[in-house]
Amino acid sequence: MWRSLERGGAGLRAAIAIAQQDPSLTVALISKVYPMRSHTVAAEGGAAGVVQAHDSLQHHFHDTVAGGDWLCEQDVVDYFVAHCTEEMVQLEHWGCPWSRKPDGHINVRAFGGMKIERTWFAADRSGFHMLHTLFQTSLQFPSIKRFDEYFCVDLLVEEGCAKGAVAIHIASGEFVMIEARSVIIATGGAGRVFRENTNGGIVTGDGMALAYRHGVPLRDMEFVQYHPTCMPGTGLLFTEACRGEGGFLVNKDGYRYLQDYGLGPAEPTPRNKAMELGPRDRLSQAFWYEQQKGRTIEGPQGSAVHLDLRHLGAQKLRERLPQICELAKQFMGIDPALTPIPVRPAAHYTMGGILVDGQCASPMPGLYAAGECSSVGIHGANRLGSNSLSEICVFGKVAGDHAAAYARKLAPGNGTRLMQQAQAAQTRALSLVGDNRGTERISVLRREMAQTMERGVGIYRTGDEMHATCDELARLRERYQRVRVDDGSSVFNTEWLLAIELGYQLQVAQAMAVSALHRKESRGAHQRLDDYQKRDDANYLQHSLATFAGDAPPVISYAAVKITHSPPGVRAYGAAGEAADAKNKCAPGPP
Amino acid sequence: MSQVKVKPRTIRIEVLRYRPEQEQAPVLQAFEVPFTDDMSVLQGLQYIKDELDGTLSYRWSCRMAICGSCGMMINGVPKLACSIFLRDLYPGTLRIEALAHFPIERDLVVVMDDFMTKLSLIKPYIIPKEVRTLSQGEYLQTPQQLARYEQLSSCINCLLCYAACPQFGLNSDFIGPAAMALVQRYKLDSRDAGSAQRMPLVYAEEGVFNCTAVGYCSEVCPKDVDPANAVNINKTESAKDYFLRFLQPKGAQA
Repeated sequence: MWRSLERGGAGLRAAIAIAQQDPSLTVALISKVYPMRSHTVAAEGGAAGVVQAHDSLQHHFHDTVAGGDWLCEQDVVDYFVAHCTEEMVQLEHWGCPWSRKPDGHINVRAFGGMKIERTWFAADRSGFHMLHTLFQTSLQFPSIKRFDEYFCVDLLVEEGCAKGAVAIHIASGEFVMIEARSVIIATGGAGRVFRENTNGGIVTGDGMALAYRHGVPLRDMEFVQYHPTCMPGTGLLFTEACRGEGGFLVNKDGYRYLQDYGLGPAEPTPRNKAMELGPRDRLSQAFWYEQQKGRTIEGPQGSAVHLDLRHLGAQKLRERLPQICELAKQFMGIDPALTPIPVRPAAHYTMGGILVDGQCASPMPGLYAAGECSSVGIHGANRLGSNSLSEICVFGKVAGDHAAAYARKLAPGNGTRLMQQAQAAQTRALSLVGDNRGTERISVLRREMAQTMERGVGIYRTGDEMHATCDELARLRERYQRVRVDDGSSVFNTEWLLAIELGYQLQVAQAMAVSALHRKESRGAHQRLDDYQKRDDANYLQHSLATFAGDAPPVISYAAVKITHSPPGVRAYGAAGEAADAKNKCAPGPP
Repeated sequence: MSQVKVKPRTIRIEVLRYRPEQEQAPVLQAFEVPFTDDMSVLQGLQYIKDELDGTLSYRWSCRMAICGSCGMMINGVPKLACSIFLRDLYPGTLRIEALAHFPIERDLVVVMDDFMTKLSLIKPYIIPKEVRTLSQGEYLQTPQQLARYEQLSSCINCLLCYAACPQFGLNSDFIGPAAMALVQRYKLDSRDAGSAQRMPLVYAEEGVFNCTAVGYCSEVCPKDVDPANAVNINKTESAKDYFLRFLQPKGAQA
């Protein structure tokens, strides 16, 4: 008997891989929400996989590595780009309603930072369709045993090896101990630590914090992607596919301002890797400068620029971007065919995560991770749009395959000792419930955390502001010791779960802020306005590792970046990028 | 962007509370909630939880009408709380209750086990016509073939249609609108050949003939899946299937 802990797109893909590989292994699929509610559901634009004759794995590799400002593990990227397409085909075989060309083959669209169109899409509900396809497909495997609405509070670890998990059955408040011979964490990112973000309420870094507390380092946590086109206030996402389909970004004067930031020339149809199809970090940074120059539109929810889709016409919008139209109409009362949509950047994606190798194995034997919660090494300092949906499939499968192989070699843990651990975890979790002695409201701590994260580790950063944020997070962690949970009941006590999540969030936020403070350079999504405005390969072409240090801030160390065949170069887009590409034509490709 | 003006007003929200360890039966609790014009009902509930009463329980996640978590009765109508706005419900008292026709787990949280079982029962996955290997690439499917089932595949499992369905209210064994729409979704998919395995469920006692064609399910569907139409197409298919059995040689599967 063998079991595992997972959630969401990557978790489902891993579970299916295990069930297909060896039906005698039992998979425990633990999720704090019903699996089809997981945040993969909200991804809109699509998933990368090379299909066109004039595209190549080398192009996908280069877009990914340059997009990540060379902080990628290049051998892992090689594996990734070589396996994306078959995973997309696999989803097609499982029923994913990919959009098609008239001849019946799947269609691909353009995305930011991408040389050739390679984004597979299902209208603008790609993540939704991928997640439901994976979930519904998983229902045919009897060896996958689901624990829906079970909330993980700790990992079981014996002699340094992962041996299972402890979870709360949310409906009853009862604790369960799930013994396993290997464990896969697939719990998504941590974007909710920021104020304005695109993420669902469940994206609270749970799995990252669980691994981190047990000594597994979190890698490259300072790199947080701001998506450039989000709804002011709520942060809800307007997919990059809006621009892939030809949308414009204009400032208050109706001017396509991206041409002022090295992304031009401004042509009626943006060419790939130029203007609106530049990478996300650059576009969010350009917004920041426009705001400084007073060229944004001021509204009740802060500054905005306009995402103008009018020239695409009502029919194309309905066909390719139906959900975008629905969101704009419902939430803002805007018909994108008639009126430009106000947008601004919001925190979107956690590039860093649980340190794992190319086999999704963490330094703790038996512990694997896949998807946004992990740092397998493909995103570097800035993720290329469309790579995350492919990542959950490619590395979900890798994690499943390797965790299964590991489990088969192993005897189960010592039940008695694991039970003692589980009881200790239960006591810790229960100590929060109905504790009327607490004085700190959850919502106040959460708000202050999100505000300080936005101030200190937003799109642009300075040493002073990062210092202030690190200090504030340390104070918030101290105040969290006195958090108050009014609800003392055991049935579906969401206030209790929010308190536990806040504990996860504060630790993950601290790993982000302290990692950021230590990186004295500017790279990808980590941009400093103080003395470190340039990329510094001599000192910082290195991954950061944040190691948990109890009540103290994490200890930061560095590890080498695996560079196989693409030495760090200049990240150039627009006309400058094309000139650089032409010059590098003879550069060696992946083996 | 200032199509909506910031002008805080206050709305009275009555929420149906039920904590099985505390209350014998559900009771209404009223809250005064200040709101701006861009606030959804979900944000109203979040205000209550954050500022007034931390013990209120409800499900939510994506905030953008795609995860399907926040279905509830809003003034008696099944809605996603994230995509209905307080400004449209003001003035007057707003009443929020758990989704109708489901047992209440706690407050606005209903027990979903029944739907999850039904979802498994209908085998909601491709049972392929011809097995293809990955190296053979994708199945060909024209945009027209995709269009036949695409809308039916947009179901987010929010269960609003079950809360709207009078038949499900009377008899929870009825397989119900969303599950029936999924049966139809796979049936219409050119890659699938599993209908024969799913049809028995369709014309069983709990199947399509329970539907009395009220059509309210389609009206409340936030994704325009039109489950009423799917159920009724299944009725026709099911009737055809039933009669075809007498016309075919013994042992043949319709």
